[in-house]
Amino acid sequence: MIRKSVCIVGLLATVMVATLLLPAGSPGRSANTAEPASAEVKLDNFSFGPATLTVAVGTTVTWTNRDDIPHTIVSTDEVFKSKVLDTDETFSFTFSKAGTYPYFCSIHPKMTGSVVVQ
Amino acid sequence: MAKRKKDEILHDHNNDGVDRRGFLKCMAWAGTGALCVMEGGILKSYSLSRLGEISARETAGELSFVQISDSHMGFNKPANPDVAGTLKAAVQKINGLSKPPEFMLHTGDISHLSKPEEFDTVDQVLKDASAKDVFFVPGEHDVLNDDGKSYLERYGKNVKGAGWYSFDKKGVHFIGLVNVMNLKAGGLGTLGHEQLEWIEDDVQHLKSSTPIVVFAHIPLWSVYPEWGWGTEDSAQALAYLKKFGSVTVLNGHIHQIMQKVEGNVTFHTAASTAFPQPQPGKADSPGPLKVPAEQLKNVLGITDVNYVQGRNALAVVDSTLA
Repeated sequence: MIRKSVCIVGLLATVMVATLLLPAGSPGRSANTAEPASAEVKLDNFSFGPATLTVAVGTTVTWTNRDDIPHTIVSTDEVFKSKVLDTDETFSFTFSKAGTYPYFCSIHPKMTGSVVVQ
Repeated sequence: MAKRKKDEILHDHNNDGVDRRGFLKCMAWAGTGALCVMEGGILKSYSLSRLGEISARETAGELSFVQISDSHMGFNKPANPDVAGTLKAAVQKINGLSKPPEFMLHTGDISHLSKPEEFDTVDQVLKDASAKDVFFVPGEHDVLNDDGKSYLERYGKNVKGAGWYSFDKKGVHFIGLVNVMNLKAGGLGTLGHEQLEWIEDDVQHLKSSTPIVVFAHIPLWSVYPEWGWGTEDSAQALAYLKKFGSVTVLNGHIHQIMQKVEGNVTFHTAASTAFPQPQPGKADSPGPLKVPAEQLKNVLGITDVNYVQGRNALAVVDSTLA
């Protein structure tokens, strides 16, 4: 009987020690093991949603065309430029420098948006 | 053929022979199957079922041509899953005119994604038209990937710059313009300095009695700036044409028929052969407008234009594919 108890205690102790040794779980991942941050912009009805997106430096923004007409993503300061995106096609860009990046659709220039990188 | 008294000129405030009130009333009928004919400044309307009579009268002119627009070859969404089929129907309509048009103007958005196979298909379909010569200007969908290089390789023989040019037919001077290049964020269509200077030079030595036809993709008047339906610097182009007694501007881009008369200039936009778009402000955005399948051909169409020497304005007749 005692032997069994000792075994159980030993097992519990091992589990407790093991738990304490585990790294702190996410949220708040450490820089070494973190996946890069990502954000999305959806295109629909001739507009970018959200029109202004604020992200952290190092974020990869992915634009997805949900409209039934093709669009492009073109930075007004020539920082990035997508090829033509038909429905469901995507374009991604990683923002490695802080700043404000206005962009528009070169086919429908009234369609404008911006990414603010902080 | 009985003339309907109420379509005769009643209000000629500008003394130019155009009854604007009658004009607007007629345009409201266009959606339900009437044809509006402006001939020598007088507006008449006929129901589509009398198309045969109209063709016989109007093609008594000296020069007739057809405008088609916005074929968007390659588009395959619900608003029209068969744009090749509706383009073929447009060609059949053209071939049904009692007098074959001398040539055709295509006011752009020939393709949907500037792909070679899309341009190829349009060329193939148009080969069956009674009018063998086709004059093109690009839409924004035709110059997508390479700043218009592949468009110019295909359609750019004897053009200047991004694809503008002029030619003469039976004393009428035609000017094809490009207003879909270098579009700026938040902007409208644009002609640009080089093209404007070329226009000024091109018309300088023409007599003011020469009828002028300008064709370009995006409207050269301000249809609805919120949706990009206008051209920033068209006023300068029109200023160079001020001396002419008859100027007809043919555009596409908005996928619906609209007309406006301003002094000596008649502006006209064509229906698309692919899909309709909403009227200004009547939807969230100017995207493809879905209509019940059986109504699709009622909102797509071609434009038949006739010139009779001695008459001031060209006769512009729209007909639907139904």
